[in-house]
Amino acid sequence: MGVIGDAWTWLTTGANWSGDGGAAHRLGEHLYVSGVALAVACAIALPLALYLGHVGRGGALAVNISNVGRAVPVFAVLALFMLTPLRNSGYWPTIIALVLFAVPPLLTNAYVGMREVDRAVVEAARGMGMSGGQLFVRVELPLAYPMIMTGLRSAAVQVVATASIAAMVGLGGLGRIITAGFNTYDTAQVFAGAILVAALALLVEGALVALDRVLSPLRRRRTV
Amino acid sequence: MAEQNCLVTNDWICGEYLRSRGQELTDATVQHIGITVVSVLIGLAVAFPLALLARRGRRFAGPVLGLTTVLYTVPSLAMFSLLLPLFGLSAALVVTGLVLYSLTILVRNILAGLEAVPEEARDAARGMGYGPGRLLWEVELPLALPAVMAGLRMATVSTVALTTVGSLVGKGGLGNLIEDALPSFFKAQVLTAAVLCVLLAVAADLLLLGLQRLLTPWTRISGAVGAAPAKTDAGPPAPATVKAG
Repeated sequence: MGVIGDAWTWLTTGANWSGDGGAAHRLGEHLYVSGVALAVACAIALPLALYLGHVGRGGALAVNISNVGRAVPVFAVLALFMLTPLRNSGYWPTIIALVLFAVPPLLTNAYVGMREVDRAVVEAARGMGMSGGQLFVRVELPLAYPMIMTGLRSAAVQVVATASIAAMVGLGGLGRIITAGFNTYDTAQVFAGAILVAALALLVEGALVALDRVLSPLRRRRTV
Repeated sequence: MAEQNCLVTNDWICGEYLRSRGQELTDATVQHIGITVVSVLIGLAVAFPLALLARRGRRFAGPVLGLTTVLYTVPSLAMFSLLLPLFGLSAALVVTGLVLYSLTILVRNILAGLEAVPEEARDAARGMGYGPGRLLWEVELPLALPAVMAGLRMATVSTVALTTVGSLVGKGGLGNLIEDALPSFFKAQVLTAAVLCVLLAVAADLLLLGLQRLLTPWTRISGAVGAAPAKTDAGPPAPATVKAG
């Protein structure tokens, strides 16, 4: 496979990593927009989902928003942003698009996690005299934790994927290596960029699985 | 007057655009539908044997589910780019990428549907002398159909959205129109293509919902049916993942 060898050569050539269009700078951009967007999305979606789940309202919204998120093409949203004055505001078009697509999985999973807490357990906790706040912190949150983490994982993967599509409308991020390769008919560069993007997504997924494992036992010890 | 000028003034909504570029819009929509339908059908044809394989035990389930999950994690831009050396700039590249994505949802839902079939139903069929093939086709599959259809709807809707990314290699249906319009900031074309994409996804979803109703008439008279079939109506295990285009 000549392409793989050529892509390896591209990846191990120092010049391809330095400078404004270099892989290092693109990776930095990618991580920056992804991190900011994921933090903003969590700040919006998690409190809302946990509150709605706790009071047991807004289920239709929380579940349907995922279906809407699935039907809207990321590329179209980014392209629409590029036709508004937003295009002159640096990383914001990307970040806003990423937040829009990270909120649905976070919201839906956290909400479903809260609602799937066994009603008998909730009743028992109430019967023991727990207040709403105690019930939330000591019963519902620990039991909903696996679903919240599932939502966080799929949101993070979604964000990394969406950030790469930003390159298709001329915004920054690792995807630019791929689109630049397409523009110059450089298959090796396209392949090298794709390896970087795929590796980043798999690393993020792996890191969150590991984080989940690390946090889980703590939760179990506390609730036992 | 406004209608004639809307192309010149670059309005978001432009009737003149729809009139003058009707053929272009139709061609792009046809390509979009074609790529989506072919991808989902191939995805279904590949997912079904994989789900049957995964059902045979943990030895097979682990690798099958693990591999499809890894494929799902790869961002679409990278997926299409990684397939470039194999397929070149072709529709086959886009279709292959979309098939690989649809596998995750389809395999999981087919597996969940088959595993939710009540053991009593299987025993009864075996007692009546059904062989494995007939058991699968006449008992298990119909009972798994609601879960399978739920997966098919999810896979189809996300495939419609993901097809736009195929414009990377010039085979993205409506995505091509979006890509072509960007350099000239042609608002009407981007908005029209984007709206058509969403409408296509909604139409496909409703069409499949109608098909599901036709195929599973017994789910509509749930009051008259016992507890066991109602259980399979629970649908997919978790609405966990979202793959937006």
